[in-house]
Amino acid sequence: MTRGKWLALLCLVPFAVFFIVFQIAPLVWVLIHSVQSEESGWGLDNFTRIFSSKFYLQAIQHSLEISFWSSLFGIVIALLGSYSLRRVDSRLRNFVNAFANMTSNFSGVPLAFAFIILLGFNGSITIMLKQAGIIQDFNLYSKTGLIILYTYFQIPLGVLLLYPAFDALREDWRESAALLGANSWQFWRHIGLPVLTPALLGTFVILLANALGAYATVYALTTGNFNVLPIRIAAMVSGDISLDPNMASALAVILVGLMTLVTLVHQWLLKRSYHVAR
Amino acid sequence: MSRAESTTASVYHRSVVWLLFLILLLPLLGTLVYSIASSWSATVLPSGFTLKWYSQLWGDPRFLTAFGHSLLVCVAALVLSVVLILPLLFVVHYHFPRLDALMNILILLPFAVPPVVSSVGLLQLYGSGPLRMVGTPWILIGCYFTVALPFMYRAITNNLQAINLRDLMDAAQLLGASTWQAAFLVVLPNLRKGLMVALLLSFSFLFGEFVFANILVGTQYETLQVFLNNMRNSSGHFTSALVISYFLFVLVLTWVATFLNKDKSQ
Repeated sequence: MTRGKWLALLCLVPFAVFFIVFQIAPLVWVLIHSVQSEESGWGLDNFTRIFSSKFYLQAIQHSLEISFWSSLFGIVIALLGSYSLRRVDSRLRNFVNAFANMTSNFSGVPLAFAFIILLGFNGSITIMLKQAGIIQDFNLYSKTGLIILYTYFQIPLGVLLLYPAFDALREDWRESAALLGANSWQFWRHIGLPVLTPALLGTFVILLANALGAYATVYALTTGNFNVLPIRIAAMVSGDISLDPNMASALAVILVGLMTLVTLVHQWLLKRSYHVAR
Repeated sequence: MSRAESTTASVYHRSVVWLLFLILLLPLLGTLVYSIASSWSATVLPSGFTLKWYSQLWGDPRFLTAFGHSLLVCVAALVLSVVLILPLLFVVHYHFPRLDALMNILILLPFAVPPVVSSVGLLQLYGSGPLRMVGTPWILIGCYFTVALPFMYRAITNNLQAINLRDLMDAAQLLGASTWQAAFLVVLPNLRKGLMVALLLSFSFLFGEFVFANILVGTQYETLQVFLNNMRNSSGHFTSALVISYFLFVLVLTWVATFLNKDKSQ
């Protein structure tokens, strides 16, 4: 190696130090301590305790349920929305696109507060719907409430990711299909959806990961009283009652495992996705 | 397609787009109305309007301190990111292009490891001992660097590819510039606009970060989001004014970024 290359390598050191201190080391700590416990030392004790505890299993189940449904609703709304966005005049399109971009920053604590105003016990929409006799009661602080809240923050992200995917769907295919006698349903069934599938699945897994790791929104809404994985983990390292960093690590490993699975699926889908020739 | 059919289609698409806009707007609109309502409880519409919540908010020293803390932490984190990422990208693309594949895996880590997981390790590692940082802004600056990393890395990579780094460097060196001169005086100015856009967008999402701020530092160095959460028991009108002020601030930043971006593509 030349002197220049050595100098170049030296330039990488500061980055490596910071990345190790703030990203790698905490993760390694979590991995190591997930297989340790106060009483029995090394072993899979924490994991057996998690998988035999109704409480922890409920947290995992809630996390998966809320993530799945909010991602599904989010992607359906984003799909319909971004398809229509493609087919309106450019002024309306640019405006709504820019607005969706901006609302993607509207999440976490501010979003939870906004939803309390609209859909809380005394929220204006809750009251409106009650007066109209459509609902008896609505509890924002329940699983259904959380799914609605999560769906809201999935929509802008979904639009952001799906909108470019429609590039792959060329307008002349639609015309060709129509010329050959396909109706709208047949076009979507045999051409549109198959072409979009990799993008749809890819977006879906990103939304899943987004919801699985979300902590701020649910914490702000329920002050940490709703049982989902991120809340359980945080409660065991920063709560007031039972601190158990090893158990928190084991739960964290399960969460990271789920996220890694999702990320790997996404990378794999990216490689297989349909690339349109530009 | 017949004319009637295409009109129905266009009406349908327009209504879907407006509906999407309304769904996204509703929570913001609700908060905005709440923040200027004098009182609003158990009725569909508020009883009167006032700006007193905003004057109360912007006269609150605790709010101004939290706002300052957020600004300081985010700016420091972004300065740190630029100082660390720019040389890295330059070296990777100019000297070791094969490292890019490894980097693309590494920058997935902040995405695959949610902040709440990192916090578990961070609290234990830096809660005591020689690297005690928990409860200080320093740990936030380091963590925010990792949060911004994937986005900054990708954004600057796209820019580097667009300017043909190697040709530019070779041309500069042919004209007698040293590697340092070429990097600072030729490559950097060409990246300026792309870098600005990446910084503004990173700033807007770092400004809204809550998990690290709340778990690692909390009230010891209160940022805006933590302040907002701690104000949960005060008047809803007050917190609404806070949410709207925060959102307007971020809105201006993202708007400037979009504007710069558009300018660039022309």
